[in-house]
Amino acid sequence: MPALQRILSTTEGRLAVIAFGVFIAMALLSPDKFLSVQNLTSMAFQFPEFAILALAMTITMLTGGIDLSVVGIANMTAIIAALILTNVTGSGDGWAVLALALCVSMVVGMLAGLFNGILIAKLGLPPILATLGSGLIFTGIAIAMTGGSAVMGFPVATAWIGNSTVLGIPTPVIVFALLALGVSLVLTRTGFGIKLRMFGTNPLAARYAAVNIDAMLIKVYIFSGALAATSGMVVMSRANSAKADYGSSYLLLAVLIAVLGGVNPYGGYGRVIGVILAVLSMQFLSSGMNMLQVSNFARELIWGSLLIFVMIMNTWRARRA
Amino acid sequence: MPDALVTLDGVTKTYSGITALDSVSLSIVAGEAVCLAGENGSGKSTLIKILAGVEQPDRGKISFSGQTQGPLNPRISAAAGIKVIFQDFSLFPNLSVAENIAFSAEIGAGARLYRRARIRDLAAHTLQRIGVDIPLDVAVESLSVAHKQLVAICRALATEARLIIMDEPTTALTEREVRVLLGIIRRLKADGVAVLFVSHKLAEVLEVCEHVVVLRNGQKVAEGPATEFDAALLTRHMTGRDVAATPPAPLPANAAVLMTVENLNKEGACADVSFTLHAGEVLGISGLLGSGRTALAKALFGLVAPDRGTITLNGKRIPTGNPLAAAEAGIGYVPEDRLTEGLFLTQSILQNIAIGRLDAHSNAMGVLDLPALMGGARDWLKRLSVKTANPDDPVRSLSGGNQQRVVLARWMARSPRVLVLNGPSVGVDVGSKSEIHGIIADLAAQGLGVILISDDLPEVLATCHRVLVMKSGRITEEFDARAVSETELAHRLAS
Repeated sequence: MPALQRILSTTEGRLAVIAFGVFIAMALLSPDKFLSVQNLTSMAFQFPEFAILALAMTITMLTGGIDLSVVGIANMTAIIAALILTNVTGSGDGWAVLALALCVSMVVGMLAGLFNGILIAKLGLPPILATLGSGLIFTGIAIAMTGGSAVMGFPVATAWIGNSTVLGIPTPVIVFALLALGVSLVLTRTGFGIKLRMFGTNPLAARYAAVNIDAMLIKVYIFSGALAATSGMVVMSRANSAKADYGSSYLLLAVLIAVLGGVNPYGGYGRVIGVILAVLSMQFLSSGMNMLQVSNFARELIWGSLLIFVMIMNTWRARRA
Repeated sequence: MPDALVTLDGVTKTYSGITALDSVSLSIVAGEAVCLAGENGSGKSTLIKILAGVEQPDRGKISFSGQTQGPLNPRISAAAGIKVIFQDFSLFPNLSVAENIAFSAEIGAGARLYRRARIRDLAAHTLQRIGVDIPLDVAVESLSVAHKQLVAICRALATEARLIIMDEPTTALTEREVRVLLGIIRRLKADGVAVLFVSHKLAEVLEVCEHVVVLRNGQKVAEGPATEFDAALLTRHMTGRDVAATPPAPLPANAAVLMTVENLNKEGACADVSFTLHAGEVLGISGLLGSGRTALAKALFGLVAPDRGTITLNGKRIPTGNPLAAAEAGIGYVPEDRLTEGLFLTQSILQNIAIGRLDAHSNAMGVLDLPALMGGARDWLKRLSVKTANPDDPVRSLSGGNQQRVVLARWMARSPRVLVLNGPSVGVDVGSKSEIHGIIADLAAQGLGVILISDDLPEVLATCHRVLVMKSGRITEEFDARAVSETELAHRLAS
C-alpha cells in the first residue's frame, strides 16, 4: 500500500481521505436524504459564505496572526450595501445600484482591514486582541446603523449573487472558486505571498532580511477585510436581508476550517487546497448532522471539540517529527 | 588511584547524520581542573549537554565515581554534583544575589516556603567560601558580568557541586576579572571541587589546569598535562593547521572611501562611534561580549535606531534606524544568531535565498518570475558550493557551515556595496570556516566594503585589513591587522 501511505503522509492527503470518508459515512447513514439533489444543491449554496471567511482566516494565520473581525466586517459591509440597495432608487432590476453597493462595501471592507492592519503593524497590538476589539467595533457600527433590526427589500438583481446558477453551478460556488484560485495564486506566485509565509515562519528573520513587514501586514489585513466583505455580500443576497448578528457561528467555523485544513496557527504553512478539503468535510458533516437532527447547540459543542482535537493531533504529530 | 569523579568512555553522538562527537573518552578526578579546548562546532557543547544529562549519547559509557550510569537526565546529573554554568549564566535578573545563590539549593531541599534568614546565611557562607564580597540584597540585573558569573558559581557551589563545568567563562571578562576567576578556581580545587573549562580561548586558563583535552570535528585530537601545552600548540591542535592563515594583501593606498560613519550614538550601547570604510577593505570590529559590538552592527543596518550620528555611503546620507533604507542603499547584514535571526528554518533552502530578491523578480502586479528567481538562487548555491541533496529541502536540514552560506548567498544575490558580518563563522566547522574566509576575501576583491564583527581573533587577523577595538560602546583603538599579534590584540580587548 505505498500509494496510500504516500497520500496519508501529507496533510492534504489525509484531508482528502477525511472529506471522502465523511461523505461516504453520511451517505450511508441517510442515503435517501443526503444524496438527494435537493440536499446536494442546498449544500452548494451554503458553504461558500463561511468558506470565503476561512480563506481570510488562512492568509492572516499564515503570518502567525488571526482575524477575529471577519464576521463583524461581513455584517457591517452587508448592512452598508443593504442601505444603499434600499435607499438609492435605480431603474429596472437595479443592476446599477447593485454594482454601486458592491463597490462601496468592498471599499469599506478594505478600510476595516486597513484599520486592523494599522493596529497590528504600526501600533504592534497582538492580532488576536486587535481584531477581537475591532470586530466588536464593526458589529457596533452595524447595530448603530440599523438599531439591530434586519434591512430588507432589495431590487431583484441582488438575488443574483446568492441565489442563482450559472450553467447549473450555484453562483456562490463560482465566487468561492474564483477567490480560492486567486488566493492560491497570490500565495504561491507573488512576492507578497512568499513574504507573508516567510514572515509567519520567523518574523525576526524577515526583519533582518529587510522585508517591508509593516506594508506586508497591512496588505494582509486589507485582503482579509475584502474577503470578509465578499462573504457579507453572499450572505446578504442569499438571506435577501442584512442584519448585524448574522453568521455569528461562522467565526469559530472559519478558524476550525483553517486549522483543519492544515494551516499552521503559528504561521508559515498552509495551502488553499487543504482549506477547500476542510470546507467540504465540514459541510458534509454539518448537513449530515442536520439530517440526523442533531440540535444546533450540540453543533457548536462538536465544532469546538473538533477544533481542540485537530490541534492536539497536529501538535502531537509535530512533536514526534 | 581513586575512582575518577566522571569518566566518559567512547561517547558518540550524531545529529541527523552529522557526527557531533566521535567516540570521545575523558576522565576528571576530584580537585582537578581540566581544559576542554576546541573551535566552535568541534563538539564541546554536545559534550556538556551529555554530561548535564540534557542529551543522550548514541554509544559509549558514562560513569560517576566509578558507577556506570544508565540513561542520564538532568536530575541524575545534578544529584551527582555536576553543575553547568552556561554562558548566559541562567540567573534570575529580578531576584536578589542571595535569592539567586540559594535558589537551586532551596529547591533541591524541597523548601515550600521562602526562608529569608536561611537564604541569606547560605548565600553569605557560599560567597565567603570563594572569598568574594557582593552585597546580598541587590538585584542581579544591576551587577557587572563578572559578578553575575560569580553568583552563578556560588549557586552551583551552594548545592554540593563536585564538578563545575564552565562554558566559555572568559568571553566577557577583562584581564583583571579573569585573574580573580582563576584565584577562585584555585580555592575550589583546594576544596576538592573539579572544574571543566570549555572554551575556544584557553591560553589564559592554562595556568590553573592540570589537564588539557582538545576536540576537533567531534574527535579528541590531543590530550595531556597542561604543562605540555602552550597557546600556539593549542591553536594548532584546535584548527588542525600548522601556520596561521595569511593576512590579506594590503589595501591600495588610493582605495576610495565607501562609507563614513560619524558620531553614531545609542544611549547605553555605543558612544560616538566614527570610522570610515574603503572599497575593497575588510574592517574588523572586535571587543568582548557586551562591548557594544553587536549594537553597532545593528545600528549600521538600521535595526537599532541611534539617538544621533550619520551613516554616509558613496556620498549619500542613509536614513538611520530603518533596515529597509539600509538594504536599499546597498548594506547587507549577516546576523550573529543564524537560527533565530538569519534563517526561516522550516522553509526551503531556495526560498531562504530568494527572499532577498523577491522585488527584483516581480512585475508591476507583484507576480513573480519564479523560474528566474529560483534559477538565480540555484546559481548561488552552486557558487558558494552549498552541499545539499535537494534545494527544496528545509534549510534546517543543512549543517552550520552550509546554513551560513545560505544567509551569505541571500545578501550576495542583492549585489550589496557594504556587507556587515556579525560572527560569520560561529558554529561552523573548520573547513567551512576557511571557505567562508575565502568568500570574504573574494567579496573584498570585487570592491565591496566588508565589516567583520568578531571576537575570534585569529579570524579577525586572517581576514581583516584594519581592526577597531571596542570597549564599553566606544572605539578605543585602531590597528593595522598586519602589524599586531594575536596576543597583543587579546590584551588590548581585555585590558
